[in-house]
Amino acid sequence: MSAAPLTARAASLVSCPCCHLLCHERKSAAASRCPRCGEVLHSRKPDSVARTWALTLAALVFYLPANLLPVTTVTSLGKTQSDTILSGVIYFITSGLWPIALVIFVASVFVPLLKLTILIFLLVTVQRRSAWRRRDRARLYRITETIGRWSMVDIFVVTLLVALVQLGALANIEARAGAVFFGAVVVLTMLAAMSFDPRLIWEHDEEIFDERGAAPGP
Amino acid sequence: MRHSHLIACHECDLLHRMVAVPAGAAVRCRRCDALLRHPKVNSLERTLALAVAGLVLILLANTFPFLDFEIQGRVQRTLLVSGILELYRQGMHSLALLVMFTTIVAPLAHLLGLLYVLLPLVAGLRLPGRFQVFRLMRRFQPWSMMEVFMLGVLVTIVKLAKMAQIVPGPAVYCFMALILVLAACTATLDPHQVWERWEGHCP
Repeated sequence: MSAAPLTARAASLVSCPCCHLLCHERKSAAASRCPRCGEVLHSRKPDSVARTWALTLAALVFYLPANLLPVTTVTSLGKTQSDTILSGVIYFITSGLWPIALVIFVASVFVPLLKLTILIFLLVTVQRRSAWRRRDRARLYRITETIGRWSMVDIFVVTLLVALVQLGALANIEARAGAVFFGAVVVLTMLAAMSFDPRLIWEHDEEIFDERGAAPGP
Repeated sequence: MRHSHLIACHECDLLHRMVAVPAGAAVRCRRCDALLRHPKVNSLERTLALAVAGLVLILLANTFPFLDFEIQGRVQRTLLVSGILELYRQGMHSLALLVMFTTIVAPLAHLLGLLYVLLPLVAGLRLPGRFQVFRLMRRFQPWSMMEVFMLGVLVTIVKLAKMAQIVPGPAVYCFMALILVLAACTATLDPHQVWERWEGHCP
């Protein structure tokens, strides 16, 4: 195969986004639906680049208050102490609980930042119609989709702390605004990854690719 | 018009001609390496059995005591929902809703959706709205975060271990089993088999 590889779009076909049935593309104004599962058919996710940019930038904005504002406030015997995500990590390091510090740091600080970086990188390369290492970029997208959920760990820790430590004057833990922003970052990055269309990576692909692939092909 | 002998890769749109795939084998896109088909042995029956087990476990995990917190003779008993209620009481409504959605609503919807789709399919019945239910279920799935919640439980236990004693209740064990069952549900279900069976039922 020397010319552009044959895609569904080039053949005027649409793969159903839900059940993957291959349907004929209709050029009518009304949205056509999949004859098998009833999902609205799109050859590409609608406004993928614009939506992903919007959600990514929104997440980036929320990332700051999520890390700067306190996530919890502990009241113990009249003393109050506010904790941010990073101060929680530092607490674990000073207590000698390295593995837990690492879990929280990776899930809450590193993963959201990594996800935002990857999404911006994918958006920029797609907009530049880059042909650079498409297969690896496709893999990068798959990684982004899977790791995002693990950032929720800190939200769940706050939920559990708030439920357990309700001992009146002895000790009390309350959730703070930082946790809300942090939850928003996780939700926004997940939505951003969902609205990105990996098919855009492969547009304008004129390379000759390996014919010895394991999959049965044309 | 349908092209059942052709499929397009859902990640890069490349067309492939489909051949019969034996159960247990995986078919990947030859351009982008995305997983296209991965048929499994007795996929629908196994997933149905796991979904029934999951429904029992999710009910137990939500009704039995989850964690007990003991400090100087005082015991704070909590359920799985306690944290959500407490967040709501503190005015963190959006956060409470997010946690409720990811730890109760989405997993429950996942299991109920599986039962609604698979039970009639295995019994040879046709229920109304099965297409919408299955479609919605697939869309809810990324938001079901039980395994992430489990990691949160472990971190919390370590964090509070110095301060007081934490006694895990029966719900914790149900919860751990539930995570395995939910993961197994996702691993055994071959959604294409569901669509293809329905197609056979209603030409």
